[in-house]
This record gives sequence, structure tokens and C-alpha cells, in this order.
Amino acid sequence: MSAAGPIVAAPVAISDWGFLFYRIRKSPLTVLGILMILTVLVFVAFAPWLATHDPNAISLRARLAPPSGAHWFGTDEVGRDLYSRVVFGGRLSVGVGFFVVVIAGGVGAVVGCLSGILGGRVDTVLMRIMDVVLSVPSLVVTMALAAALGPSLFNAMLAMAIVRIPFYVRLARGQALVIREMPYVKGAYIFGASNWQVLRWHVARNAMPPLIVQATLDLGGAILMASALSFIGLGAQQPTAEWGAMVSTGRNFILDQWWYSAFPGFAILFTATGFNLLGDGVRDLLDPRQKGR
Amino acid sequence: MPFVNIIRKRLIFLVLVVFGVSLITFAISHIIPGDPARLVAGDRASDEIVTSIRQQMGLDRPLPEQYWRYLTGILRGDLGASLRTNRPVIEDLVAFFPASLELALVALLIATLMGAPLGVLSAVYRDRPIDHVVRTLAVIGISTPAFWLGLILIVTFYGALGVLPGGGRIDPNLAIPSRVTGFYLVDSLLAGDLPAFGSTLRHLVLPAFTLGFIHLGVVARQIRSAMLDELQQDYVRTARANGIAKWRVICGHALPNALIPSITVLGLALGDLLYGAVLTETVFAWPGMGAYVVNSIQSLDFPAVMGFSVVVSFAYVLVNLAVDLIYMAIDPRITGVN
Repeated sequence: MSAAGPIVAAPVAISDWGFLFYRIRKSPLTVLGILMILTVLVFVAFAPWLATHDPNAISLRARLAPPSGAHWFGTDEVGRDLYSRVVFGGRLSVGVGFFVVVIAGGVGAVVGCLSGILGGRVDTVLMRIMDVVLSVPSLVVTMALAAALGPSLFNAMLAMAIVRIPFYVRLARGQALVIREMPYVKGAYIFGASNWQVLRWHVARNAMPPLIVQATLDLGGAILMASALSFIGLGAQQPTAEWGAMVSTGRNFILDQWWYSAFPGFAILFTATGFNLLGDGVRDLLDPRQKGR
Repeated sequence: MPFVNIIRKRLIFLVLVVFGVSLITFAISHIIPGDPARLVAGDRASDEIVTSIRQQMGLDRPLPEQYWRYLTGILRGDLGASLRTNRPVIEDLVAFFPASLELALVALLIATLMGAPLGVLSAVYRDRPIDHVVRTLAVIGISTPAFWLGLILIVTFYGALGVLPGGGRIDPNLAIPSRVTGFYLVDSLLAGDLPAFGSTLRHLVLPAFTLGFIHLGVVARQIRSAMLDELQQDYVRTARANGIAKWRVICGHALPNALIPSITVLGLALGDLLYGAVLTETVFAWPGMGAYVVNSIQSLDFPAVMGFSVVVSFAYVLVNLAVDLIYMAIDPRITGVN
């Protein structure tokens, strides 16, 4: 409530969206995060128009050129324009991030909700399996799994998604357990609804918001991990324009051509920071107790 | 009683972890597209040789039997032989472990020494510019690709300024201090070898900062949150009302209490640092487990990768146990009920 203005008994009819917008505006860091993500998304959407060169066009005369008017971020060891490669690389990195959280979140939601609704032995067994998977450091399992599947960006994504599933299962199950006890769900059961119907009509819909929040929180981490896997050679392979892989190749030239690794790496930092700022903001919004913590 | 309870609970968890990790690593190592026997024998080996190697490695046995062998092996401390170095994996890991632990501990020290004051400032000046700066820094910390930060630091402090070494653990011209603990910092001091100590310290600065920076924000955030809770307590107000200076109350009264819940976070951070060192070690050519495991992954040396996963998971559980015990020792109110 602002102090100025007449005090009238105006109906508080701010729509949910308006209220959300109002609260987001109150948090400068969230606004910053949203602006950063919008910037990234603009580059992702309009990559062909915003890039100055073909990202895969080789020009052996302009190898390892420093940043200049012609090549804003310089060129790589076969003369490809690094700025254009960073711009196109965004499509891959952001795409990978979304793919991972959507797959992990989707599978986790289904398994978790089922586990919560069915309860009993199924639930116990599933939860113990999840405990075991969660007890193992995720980076290590992801790396081992990605290596076992064979180094490619798709396999890396798959490995990351699989390792993340337990987090979503736990979350969805918790939601399902709460929703299952709601009077209207008990009512539905009394009226003869099956587990499947309850899952579809009540649990799936109501368990969604926290899962979406978790997915938002996860996006930054997923993008970071994908680039890390590419960096150690388990993700995108040459000559794909992927940020982590570019930093990795640039490492060979790091002392003389610092720009090669510096710009793609900064792009990772920028994108991950944007998503993490948004994630923090969303968490604050939904959990007022945690506000400003 | 509570101590016994916690230890029992953790030990049960440890058994679960042994079982789980062994199952996961076993499953993963059996979905590799390549044939491990062929890998050992080499491309040109005849089929008979590959078959005999397969028999030697027990790969022709039924899966449950193979798993049972693997599991009992782990319990005896036998993690198999590395395909790359041909040495027992456990020996390789024991050789590389101290380097990783030394790096992780120094990184944790850096994260704590920098993160704690930032967290306190952030809590005391809540919603002021410094608070926003610290919170932004915390987010940047968890958003920074460690491998990239490492490279940037190398370019700056080794390439451009030439003030710090760009990789390795000690100046190659110096003798490695004789192994007592495996920590060069400790061993060189024990040997009274100051040049080696200095060189180790200089080699530690960049990798430890890289690794610590990622966790600095986590620590700062945790301390901030705990401090906000403490600063609202009655005893803080009473102390202030009794005329004790503001910063004495903050540092002498509130901070020690705020540190208690933070121990959990620090303990977990140490676990993360151990395996998070994978990337940092690679960038800095730090001869630890992380660099070892990356090399192993790249040459599809699965016994080594799986052994690493097993060891790190154990370390993780043990660190958690230690954290619980420390926690109870300093806060008598906690009686082992989660």
C-alpha cells in the first residue's frame, strides 16, 4: 500500500497477473534476471539475423584474429567468426537446458504423483530407489552415464535428465500426498473416481506449480552442467558451435588468444546468472517466509 | 544414546549407499557400447585372445554373479584394476586423494573466510546496496562455470601479470616433500622445507580460489539467513539495550549462534568441493582424483570411473556423519532428532 492517495474502499480487484507483476517489480534482482533472460531469448530467436557471419564458414586467412570491427569476438583456429558462433551456440545451450528440465520434470512428475497416490509398497520401493540415486553425487553419475552412452550432446542431455528425475519424483510425491488428503479429493473417491481419474483431474494439475518452479530453478544449473560436460569432451563434439566445447578448444590457445575462451564462457555465465536470478525471485514470490533470505 | 542413534542411522545409510552406488556403477558399466575385453586386448588382438581376456575378467559369467563379485570386492576395498594404468584403482585413488582433499579444504577455507563476513554485512545492512551486491555475488558464484573462471584467472595472473603459476601442484624444480600426510602444505612444513611450502601455497591460490568462489555465495547466503534470524532474537536487543556496542553484539553474540546451522552447509560444501574439483583440477593440471577421473572417462576406463564414484560417495556420507557429530558437540540442545 502506498502512503499517498485517498483512502477509498476500492475493491482489490488486481488480477493475479497484475499482482505478480507488482511484486516482481519490487525485486530489482528478479527484474534484472528477467531482462538478462529476455536478452538471451532474443538472441536465440533471431540468431540468423543477429549473427554477422555463417557460424561454420571457414576462412583460413583470418585465423585466430583478435576482436575487431569485422569480427566482434575475434575468430577461431579455422577463421570462423566467434561472435556468430556464440550467438548460434545459445540455441543449443538454452535448448539443452529446457530439454533436460522438461524430460526430468515430466517423468519425475508422473512417477512421483503415481507413487504418492498409490502409496503402499510401490511407494516405499520407489522412494528407496530414489534415495539411493540421490545419495550418489550427481555430477559424477552424470559423467559416468554420459561416458557410457558415448560422447554426444544428445547422450549428455539424456544422462543429465535421468540423473535429475529423482528430485522431481520426490517433489511431485510430496505434493500428491498432500493433495490426496484434501477433502475434495476424498469426496471424489467417495463418488467412485478411480486413482487414474484423481491423478488426472486433481493431482496432476495442483502439483504443477511447484514442479514448474523447481524446473525454473534448475534451468541455470542444467545449462551449466551441459557446458561442463561439453568442456570435458562428453557433450557437443566439434565442429558444433556449443559454448562449453568452444571454451574447451579455446583452452589450447588461452595464453595468446584469450578471447577464444573468454566470450563463450561469459555467455554461459550470463545465461546461467539470468536463470538463477529469476529462479531466486520466483522462489521468494511463492514462499513469502523465505522472502529476502 | 542420541550419538549412538545418529551413528546407527548414518551407518545404515552408508550400507544403503554402498549398495546403491555399486548397483548404479555396475549397471552403467554394463551399458557401455564397447567391449571392455576388446579394449584391454587392443584392436588387433585375435578373437581367441579377446575371449580368454573376457574369461579372465569374469565377463562371461552371469550378471548376478558378476555383480556379487563386484560388491564383495568393494567391501574388501578392491575396486578392480584400471584399464589405463593397469594398477588397482584403489591404489591410484589413494595416491590422488590427498591432492584433491588439500585443494577442497583450502577452497572451503577461502569460501568461508570471504563468505562469512559478506553474509554478516548483508544481514546487518539488509536491503541496502551492500546487501544487493552480496546477493548478486552469491548468484554469480553459483552461475559461474568453474572451468572458465579458472582459465580467465590463468590468463590474468599467469599469462598477463606473471605473478602466479598457471598449473601443477609445486614448482617442478623443487623436490616433492616426503609423503607423511600427502598434503604438500603439511608435509613441507614437517620437513622444514620453506621453499616447497611457499611454492605449494602459490600453486594453490588460483585453483582454490576458483573452487572456493563457486561456494562463496552459498556460504554467504547461509550466514546471512542465519544472522537475520539471530538479529531478531531478544538477547540481541537486550545486549544492545545494556549498552554493548553494535558490532560487539553482532560479532560476539549473534555470529557464533548463526554459525551453528551453517556447519551443515559447510559440511555439504566440502562434499561438493571434493567432486566439484573434477573440472577445476582439469583446468589447472592439478594431480588429484578429479583430473584422474576425467582422463579415465576420456579413455573409457570404467573401473576407474566407478571406483571414483564409490569413493566420493563414501566420503560424502562420512562427511555428513562428521557434521552431525560436530553439530551435537557444539549445540547440546540437539539430541539426535532430525
